[in-house]
Amino acid sequence: MRIVILGIGNILLTDEGVGVRVVEALAARGGLPSGVELIDGGTCGMEMLEQLENLDALIVVDCVRCGRPPATPVLLKGDDVPVFFRTKLSPHQVSLSDVLASLEFTGRAPRKTVIVGMQPVSMGLGLDLSPEVAASLPELVDLTLAEIAECVALPEAA
Amino acid sequence: MSKRVTIDPVTRIEGHLRVDVEVDGGRVKKAWASGQMWRGVENILIGRDPRDAWAITQRICGVCTTVHAITSVRAVENALQLEIPVNAQYIRNMIILAHAIHDHIVHFYHLSALDWVDVVSALKADPDKTASLAQSLSNWNGNSKAEFKKVQDRLKGFVGTGQLGIFTNGYWGHPAMKLTPEVNLLAVSHYLQALEVQRYASKIVSVLGSKSPHVQNLAVGGVANPLATDAQSVLTIERLLAIKEWMAKLDDFVKNVYLIDVAAIGAFYADWTKVGRGITDYLCVPDIPLDGKGTQFALPGGFIAGGKLDSYQPIKSFGDKYFTDGVSEAIKHSWYDYKAGNDVSLHPYKGETTPNYTDFQDDGKYSWLKSPTFYGKPMQVGPLPRVLNMLAAGHEPTKKYATAALDLVSTIAGSKVGLDAMHSTIGRHAARAVSCAVQSDELSRQWDLLIANMGKGDLTTFNPPSFPKGEQMGVGFHEAPRGVLSHWVVIDSGKIKNYQCVVPTTWNAAPRNEKDQPGAYEACLLDNPVADPEKPLEVLRTVHSFDPCLACAVHVVDQENNPVVTVKAA
Repeated sequence: MRIVILGIGNILLTDEGVGVRVVEALAARGGLPSGVELIDGGTCGMEMLEQLENLDALIVVDCVRCGRPPATPVLLKGDDVPVFFRTKLSPHQVSLSDVLASLEFTGRAPRKTVIVGMQPVSMGLGLDLSPEVAASLPELVDLTLAEIAECVALPEAA
Repeated sequence: MSKRVTIDPVTRIEGHLRVDVEVDGGRVKKAWASGQMWRGVENILIGRDPRDAWAITQRICGVCTTVHAITSVRAVENALQLEIPVNAQYIRNMIILAHAIHDHIVHFYHLSALDWVDVVSALKADPDKTASLAQSLSNWNGNSKAEFKKVQDRLKGFVGTGQLGIFTNGYWGHPAMKLTPEVNLLAVSHYLQALEVQRYASKIVSVLGSKSPHVQNLAVGGVANPLATDAQSVLTIERLLAIKEWMAKLDDFVKNVYLIDVAAIGAFYADWTKVGRGITDYLCVPDIPLDGKGTQFALPGGFIAGGKLDSYQPIKSFGDKYFTDGVSEAIKHSWYDYKAGNDVSLHPYKGETTPNYTDFQDDGKYSWLKSPTFYGKPMQVGPLPRVLNMLAAGHEPTKKYATAALDLVSTIAGSKVGLDAMHSTIGRHAARAVSCAVQSDELSRQWDLLIANMGKGDLTTFNPPSFPKGEQMGVGFHEAPRGVLSHWVVIDSGKIKNYQCVVPTTWNAAPRNEKDQPGAYEACLLDNPVADPEKPLEVLRTVHSFDPCLACAVHVVDQENNPVVTVKAA
């Protein structure tokens, strides 16, 4: 079983970096099941190709703009995932969507992809999250942990 | 009658670039390049510890993380006049070179080849003929009939479902697409093989940089990799041997596939050697330092005026005044204000980052990019300026690969193609491939130098910095994949007082400067053909030939629910 939790976003732009902050919080917390890898993807693209190949599950954590109230956690699964990559909900899906499309074409796409995100309050310049998003961060970490637990329980690939 | 065409955003690049052109009689008459996002990283750095700047600046951009990190430590070391151990130079050099090779391969195959290669046409190719063509050009082991057949079948499956996936947004069937189905199939196959090969470059960067995708090993004063000939969990001989193996795989691909494909595609598009000349004042900085101070370099750099190699003026060392005195930035047409007014150009040490957004004004302000100049003139930077400067400096490996590439183009095209053809849209691709071959040789040499120095018993990688009271100023420069990158730092008693990044895409994608002279994109787009203003493929070809990367040139903000591509012809 190989599961990657990929935090993406630009930590220089306050809430834009919330995905990276979740990965940092999970790393500090420790105790993840074996086979679960944390990646701080920042705004990278093709460099991550190999780390994302043939996964049983990919959990992308990112700032997601979808018209919800500020600091609302968002979970996108199944048919909603392609929509996430098709419309400009996140400024980073351009390079990540290229990586995933390449994996698709070469037959190495993740068996399951889930997006865990949060509606941002601030996209301004700064290394710290907005107070609202910072206060909701534990909720986003819990949501990610729940998704990890669900993915770990998936049957192994044949 | 002239037609205004707006491409916003330009796709298959990093960041948000808008390009406007006025087309008359099938040719571009006027062009505007506009960075559509604001970058203010400089403002985040003020007041911070200079030792932390590299870790923050590497977050500016997802493509060039290592590039900004390296340049930042160089700037602080230059301010402190701190010499670093040669081992640290060799390790940094290997990271720089592996990253550059990665960048060049990915740019050609994954970001720009689709401007020239018609993916759908590859379905009509005869795999047999494709194999004999490919084998006549190169003995690469991925050029078998079975391989081409396999790729074609996979492509059929993909196109059959109506889902082009990674190949959506291409101008398939555009009249400017000229390759035969066989050449298209060859290129699509190499596109996929490049995806496999690029990972070796990423692995080199992640082993040397201790983490992927962001390096963790840099420090002001050297690198944080303890070297060892015996102990585990450091940079051991085993790990270095693994790197050597990956270097060989990359080298094989660069010399036997990339360089050859660029020459072949260039020969089939020979008319594009006459398009996209633009600015021929070429700036490049020397890189791959061979000593701790940065006074000797493996790859030379300097300035060439008007495309004439004999006008070459070398830049000789880190902090060479010829470079540092020459750079300034104007904002007459940029969405910023300077305290001293909009018609001045400021040296980066005195640089200001105060936004003043006005909307897009054709004759006023229209970009978030500033306009950098070198001794008052706009420059072109990137692989073409690099290759021409290295040729002018008499760098033998560059001469070898440039000659080989031009000879191959001449053979395929059936007519003599000389160095003058390089000042063009297709020439920028050729130069990037030549540069990549040179970088691959140099990567291997840096590995040898590191091992030889370790063999002498020198395992030092770090000289600790100390920050004196008072003010110090320093510049770090780096010949990054896209060209000249410089970071300028002013330190006051151990804290950052000012910080400016002058990035390659700012040089190339700059708006008009304080004297209303156009930037390199704008100049190179003049007279560019445009067959169909609704499908301005030819404009994209010229813009993509620079490998635009706006993420660090500008700030990252998108509007909600924008369509992915807007092409407006009015």
